Amino acid sequence: MSDSTNKTPDGKWTPRIVAFFCNWCTYTAADLAGVSRMKYASNIRVIRLMCSGRVDPQFVVDAFAKGADGVLIGGCHPNDCHYVEGNYKCLRRYQMLKRMIADMGIEPDRLRLEWISAAEGEKVRRVVNEMVETVKQLGPLNIPCKFEEWDKEMEALAGHVAHSQSAAGAACPDHAKPQTAQTAHV
Amino acid sequence: METRKNEPVRIGFYVCHCGVNIAHMVDVEAVAKYVATLPNVVVSRNYKYMCSDPGQEMIQTDIREQRLNRVVVAACSPLLHEHTFRGATEAGGLNPFYFQMVNIREHDSWVHTDRLEATRKAMALARAAIQRVPHHKPLEVKKVPINPDVLIVGAGIAGIHAAITMANAGKKVCLVEKEPSIGGHMAMFDKTFPTLDCAMCVLSPKMATVGSHPNITLWTYSEVVKVDGYVGNFKVTVRRKPRYIIEDLCTGCQECVANCVYKEPKFPDAFNLGLGKRKPVYMPFAQAIPSIAIIDPEVCLNFKRGKNPDGSYTVSDKCKKLCVVACGDRKAIDFTQKAVDKEITVGTIIMATGFKTFDPHRTPYYGYGVYPNVYTALELERVINASGPTEGHLVMRNGKEPKRVAIVHCVGSRDENTNRWCSRVCCLYSLKLAHLILEHTDAEVYNFYIDMRTPGKSMEEFYNRVAEEGMHLVRGRVADVYPDPNDTASGRLIVQAEDTLTNRILKIPVDMVVLSVGLEPRPEAEDLRRLFNLSCSSEGWFLERHPKLAPVSTFTDGIFLAGCCQGPKDIPDSVAQAGAAAAEAFSLIDKGYVEQEPNTAFVLAEECSGCKSCIPLCPYTAISFNEETKKAVINEALCKGCGTCVAACPSGSIVQNLFEDQEIFSEIDGVLAPLPQ
Repeated sequence: MSDSTNKTPDGKWTPRIVAFFCNWCTYTAADLAGVSRMKYASNIRVIRLMCSGRVDPQFVVDAFAKGADGVLIGGCHPNDCHYVEGNYKCLRRYQMLKRMIADMGIEPDRLRLEWISAAEGEKVRRVVNEMVETVKQLGPLNIPCKFEEWDKEMEALAGHVAHSQSAAGAACPDHAKPQTAQTAHV
Repeated sequence: METRKNEPVRIGFYVCHCGVNIAHMVDVEAVAKYVATLPNVVVSRNYKYMCSDPGQEMIQTDIREQRLNRVVVAACSPLLHEHTFRGATEAGGLNPFYFQMVNIREHDSWVHTDRLEATRKAMALARAAIQRVPHHKPLEVKKVPINPDVLIVGAGIAGIHAAITMANAGKKVCLVEKEPSIGGHMAMFDKTFPTLDCAMCVLSPKMATVGSHPNITLWTYSEVVKVDGYVGNFKVTVRRKPRYIIEDLCTGCQECVANCVYKEPKFPDAFNLGLGKRKPVYMPFAQAIPSIAIIDPEVCLNFKRGKNPDGSYTVSDKCKKLCVVACGDRKAIDFTQKAVDKEITVGTIIMATGFKTFDPHRTPYYGYGVYPNVYTALELERVINASGPTEGHLVMRNGKEPKRVAIVHCVGSRDENTNRWCSRVCCLYSLKLAHLILEHTDAEVYNFYIDMRTPGKSMEEFYNRVAEEGMHLVRGRVADVYPDPNDTASGRLIVQAEDTLTNRILKIPVDMVVLSVGLEPRPEAEDLRRLFNLSCSSEGWFLERHPKLAPVSTFTDGIFLAGCCQGPKDIPDSVAQAGAAAAEAFSLIDKGYVEQEPNTAFVLAEECSGCKSCIPLCPYTAISFNEETKKAVINEALCKGCGTCVAACPSGSIVQNLFEDQEIFSEIDGVLAPLPQ
C-alpha cells in the first residue's frame, strides 16, 4: 500500500472514484450510457451490488482507506427499489457516513449518493463528470500515505515512550509494541 | 471436476475484443499481459469474440488442459453475457459460480475517449475480478416451480392476441381491462392501413373468442391494484369496479337502455370521444365484449351526486327505475354494487396497456378546442366509421360536408417542444384518412408532412397507390391555423405552412383540419411501472430488457411487454409482439420451474450475537429469531438477495452468496491497487 497515489504515466494526479451501483437501476443506467455512447470521465470504477442496501458503510470507509479520492453510491429512486426499500436503508447509512467521514477529516463532498433509474443514462454521465470535477477541486485524499505518516509518528512516539520508561525502570511490554498499519487499520 | 479445499487457485483470464467495440479503445493485449503478472493467473488470453463458439470452446479447453478452477472474462455487461460464460464455465466442468465478468465495453470502451486511460481502467477492473474470484464458492441454482397461469393487463389488440394464443395452448389466462369493453384503440378505427380492411371486421371475431374462451377469465372495468411475489408466483390483486349491472345475469338485451327515464341520449359518449351521446345506462359500443350494459353513477338519477369518502356512490332511490322494470326477472341491475378486490396467483404477466394519443391542446397554434372544425385523427376515425356518431357520413360539427380538408402530420411528434420521437403510424394513418375522405366526399385533401415515413411491408406501395388518388402532398410543417378573416361566418380556417420544396409560404383555406396526433405513454404508465416493478424509458414507455435481443422481456423476470406500452407501433407489429410475449411466457411455464440466482443470504449461527438488528430490515420478513438458540435465521425461500441485512449486521455474521464481504473488499482493493506505469 506504499504507492497508492493515482498517477497517470505522465505523472499527473487524477482522482480515483469507487462507485457502488445497484444491479437494477444504476448499473443498468450505466450500461445504457454505454449503449448510447455517452462520453464521461474515466476515473470511475464501478462495483456491482444487487441493491444499494447492500452498501456496507465499511465498504465506503475501506475504499477511502485504500486510496479512493471519492465514493459514489447509485441506487433506484425512492419508491422504485427492486427490493422495496433497500435504497432507504442506504440513505440512512449515507447520512450517517457523511457525518462520520467529516469527523475523520474527509470532506463530505467526497461521498455522494444519487438515485439513477435504468432509463437515466444521461444522469450517469452528468453525475460522474460532476463528481470527478468536485474531487479534482478537493485534490488528492491519499489516506494510505497518511497512514504511513501516522505509523511513523506512532513508531517515534512508541520509541520515545519506551525510552522514557526504561529510564524509569518499569516498562509495560504490550504498550511498547509499535503499532503498524496491519494492527491499526484493518 | 470441483475444486477441492486447499487446492491452489488457478485463474483463466480472457479479454474480448468484441470486434473493434472494445479493442479500438482498450489495448486488449496490454490488459492480457498485465493480468498475466497477477497472482493465481495461469492463463491470460485475448480473443476477437469471446461469446462466439470458439471463444467459449477456448475457456472449456483451458479448464480441462490447464486445470483452471476460476474463470474471468472481461467483455460486455454481465447483464448481457454473464449467463453465456457461466454456461461455458459449467460446460468445462466447473461450478458456474466460479466465473466472474468484467464490464469493459458498456462501462469503459464505449464511454471513454482516451485510449490510455480506458486501458488503465480495464486493467483496474480486471484486477478487481482477479482478486475477487479466489473467494468464490460453488453454488447451486435454486429451482422454484412455476404457476402455469398468466395475467394479461390490457385488452387491446395486443392483449387479446396474447390471451388467445396462451388460452389456445391450454393455459389459464386472466385478462384484465380497465374499460368496460375490450378492443382498445383498434376497436375505434375505421379501416386499417395498408390493406384498408375494416378494423372491427378483423377484430370483433377475436374479441368474441376472448369473450367465450373457456380458458380466459375476462375482467373488464377492472384494474390491478397490487402485485406481490416474484416470477413463477405473483400474487395480484385486481379491483373490479362496480358497473351496477351483475355480469352473470345481464344478457346484453339493452332493454334497460331503451327504457331509461332519459328518452334521448344526453351525455358525451367516451367511445366516440364525446362526438356522440349516450344515456346514463349504456352499452360501451355495439360490438362490446362482454356484451353487458353499464351504469354511469355520475349522471344516473338513482345516485346522489358526489362521492363518499371511500370513492363509492350513494343510492338516492329517487328515480322511477324504469330500467329495473325493463330488466324484469333477469334482475341484473344492482345499484348497491361495490368495488370488489380479487386476488389471483399467476406465474407470468404480460403487459399490454397500450398508448394514449397526444393531446393537441398542448399545441395551441393548431386551434384544437378553439375552432370547432379542428379534429384529431382519432375523432375523424369515429366520424368516418359506419357505427360512429354520424353513421359514417363525413360531416363536421355544423352538419356540413367539408369541401377542403387539411391533414397536419407530426402533431406531438418529432417536435422539440412536445415529443421528440416519431410515432411511426401517423404518416400511414394520415394517408389512409386522406383516402377515406376522398372515398366519402368530393373534398380536396392536403397532407402537410415533414418527411413521408412509410417503412414496412406493403407500406411504401400503399403510399404510392393512395398518393395517386388526387390528394395534395405538401412538404412543410404547419405553423398556424386561424379563422379566414374574409369569411368569419362559415368557420373556414386558413392553414399556413411553408412548402419547403418550392420555398413558398402557403395559406390554404380549408373547412376542416385534421391533426395527426402522435402516440404517447399512458398517463398511468408511471403508476403501473411502480406497481409491477418495471422500468420506463425517459419518454415513459416501458423499457424492454434489451432493445434487440430481448425486446419483449423486462428487467423483472416473468413480466413481458406487448404492443404500444413498449413504444409506438402499428397493428401488425403489436400482434407480432403479443405473439412473442406469449411465446416467452410459454418457454418459462413449460420448463416447469424458474432458476433463481443463488444470491441469498444466510446466518453464520456461531457468530450471530442475537442482536436482532437485521430482523426489521428485511422487506420480505425472511428473517426470524430462534428463541431457543437466540440466533437469527434466514428463510432461504423468502430471501430475495438484496443484501440489506448483510450490510447491517454488526458482527458480520450474515453472508450473502455471490456478494460476500470478502469478495467486495477484494474488489475495492483491486480497483484501487497501483497500476504499472
